[in-house]
Amino acid sequence: MALLAVVTLSAPTARSQEIFAGKYPQQTGEDLFQNICQGCHMPDAKGAIGAGAYPALASNPRLAAAVYPVTVVLHGQRAMPPFGQTLSDEQIANVLNYVRTHFGNRYRDVITPAAVNARR
Amino acid sequence: MVREPDAPMSRRALFRMIGAAAGSAVMYQAMSQLGYAGESGYTGPIQLSGDVRGTSVLILGAGLAGMSAAYELRKAGYRVQILEYNDRPGGRNWSLYGGDTYTELGGFTQKVQFAEGLYLNPGPWRIPHHHYALLDYCKRLKVTLEPFTQVDYAAALQNPAAFGGKVKRYREVQADFQGHVAELLSKCVNQGALDEAVNAEDRAVLLEAMRDWGAVDASYEYKKGLLSSERRGWVSDPGGGTTSVPIPSEPMALSEMLQSKLWKFISAGHIYEFQSMIFQPVGGMGMIGKAFGRELEGVIRYNAKVTDIRQDANGVTVAYQDTKSGGAIQTASAQWCICTIPASILGQIPLQVGAPMKNAIDALYYDAAIKVGLQFRRRFWEQDESIYGGITFTALPNALIGYPSTRYFDDGPGVLLGAYTFGANAFQIAAMPPEERVRKTVEWGAQIHPQYNTEFQHGVGVAWHRVPWTLGCAGHWTEELRAQHYDNLCAIDGRIMLAGEHASRIPAWQEGALLSSLDAIRRLHQRVLASGSAT
Repeated sequence: MALLAVVTLSAPTARSQEIFAGKYPQQTGEDLFQNICQGCHMPDAKGAIGAGAYPALASNPRLAAAVYPVTVVLHGQRAMPPFGQTLSDEQIANVLNYVRTHFGNRYRDVITPAAVNARR
Repeated sequence: MVREPDAPMSRRALFRMIGAAAGSAVMYQAMSQLGYAGESGYTGPIQLSGDVRGTSVLILGAGLAGMSAAYELRKAGYRVQILEYNDRPGGRNWSLYGGDTYTELGGFTQKVQFAEGLYLNPGPWRIPHHHYALLDYCKRLKVTLEPFTQVDYAAALQNPAAFGGKVKRYREVQADFQGHVAELLSKCVNQGALDEAVNAEDRAVLLEAMRDWGAVDASYEYKKGLLSSERRGWVSDPGGGTTSVPIPSEPMALSEMLQSKLWKFISAGHIYEFQSMIFQPVGGMGMIGKAFGRELEGVIRYNAKVTDIRQDANGVTVAYQDTKSGGAIQTASAQWCICTIPASILGQIPLQVGAPMKNAIDALYYDAAIKVGLQFRRRFWEQDESIYGGITFTALPNALIGYPSTRYFDDGPGVLLGAYTFGANAFQIAAMPPEERVRKTVEWGAQIHPQYNTEFQHGVGVAWHRVPWTLGCAGHWTEELRAQHYDNLCAIDGRIMLAGEHASRIPAWQEGALLSSLDAIRRLHQRVLASGSAT
């Protein structure tokens, strides 16, 4: 059985080429949004529809309770990849505060890095 | 098992016997001792014998998984139909040619202007020699293959943080890494540091091996000279006549070589999937999808967006909408369904399956990947640098430059793979408009090949999270996710089975899609025969 386990663990994939892991140098909410989020949720945050869909972040009532977007960004949800391993608490707080106060969203409460950390 | 005592037993028969007698772990051990570990399990065209009485199967997705299922099931007597979102066969088996138009999510449209016969493979681009199923389908579908070069000793390795950003050749890094390590290890042996680990007889052989492997001299030093230049190349090559004195090259210093991290790029070609031989279809990877599509003409309904998948005790009904004409929702029904829609999409479609399969689908997000193809006026990599195919690696965000393994010495323009990157770099490049992806890729590449500045003509950038029908490049599995969900993803749920690279242990590879599909139809066929009736 040990042999089988070793083989499973060492199964190489196309990701083996990811030798120098990229990083996200951006710190402000706007920069983070424009360099990560808009890839899927689009520059106007209105999402997109193909065979499947990316939900709009613009005017999205599901952003009202801060815990929801914090959890989704940290841990992912279905097609949404997790960013908890690659973004800091501060970066996640910054980008969520940006999205929750732009694109037709007007949520007054501020998400702190500590609040992000609590959901890790 | 009855056999003539003297007849040679085939290895497969031997493994089957060991497996039956002692269990799979022992069989696996026997296989690996005989060098059979890692075999894909493909043993030739699937045999689905028996009367299936016209049983119907609806297949969702005309990628390699869906089309191989349709191809084999039809041959076995099933009535098959495929629904496909795109207006072409192939799915991620896909090549972009001059004249093609590609519109990604958000409506960003790129018109491909590559010269005749040049292409970018946005998805898979190489076929390892041990991807038996895919190679066999290429043979059966008459898709012509040619060698794909992975490792090119003249290709560049580059890290902006080392050697002032100047490139080193693969052969230089490989030779210097081995040479320095051989020297260090020889020193350890000669100073007695390995006396406990290696006995006296083996120490002598180890020293001999270090000279052979690392090109160290008789005093176990790796240094400038004929020996090392035979590996790392010359300042001036040996020649003929009177002007032919070779000038050896100077190896990198040990510390510089280590700190450059360029050695990280050497192991890529050692990975099982990237070991020679590797193949590619002549004319682009998409030739395989096209060949399947020709075989299945009339079977595939294109431009069909699946909106709902339901089942009951007798069969499956799938609702879909024509993406071109719009209009009313239509339905297709069959007794069974093989669904190859990527989990990233399938998780958003109402699907009548139990919680275990649904949870498995929802557990997979798709990885980020981008590819950028660049056309240049001339093949400067060949003409100026003697690079013929193969891959340059860089620590810049484009990660690599792939040179075409075809049309060598052509005078006309050529298309490079200017960027192929995953992870954080890929997410950031996906967030750019396509023209900026191309512009940045040219900027990065120009740090490796200054010829980019004068020879660049046209580029196309595909970001897999913007691809409307996958939302990413391939399903992201971890060991934990596999333990929790893999069996449930592959199980038969009533009348529905899933197939595709995501339902395989070779994720992101076409071979995984094919093996997943062949395993699914094998199990489906057993069910159909066992049921004893057409339903």
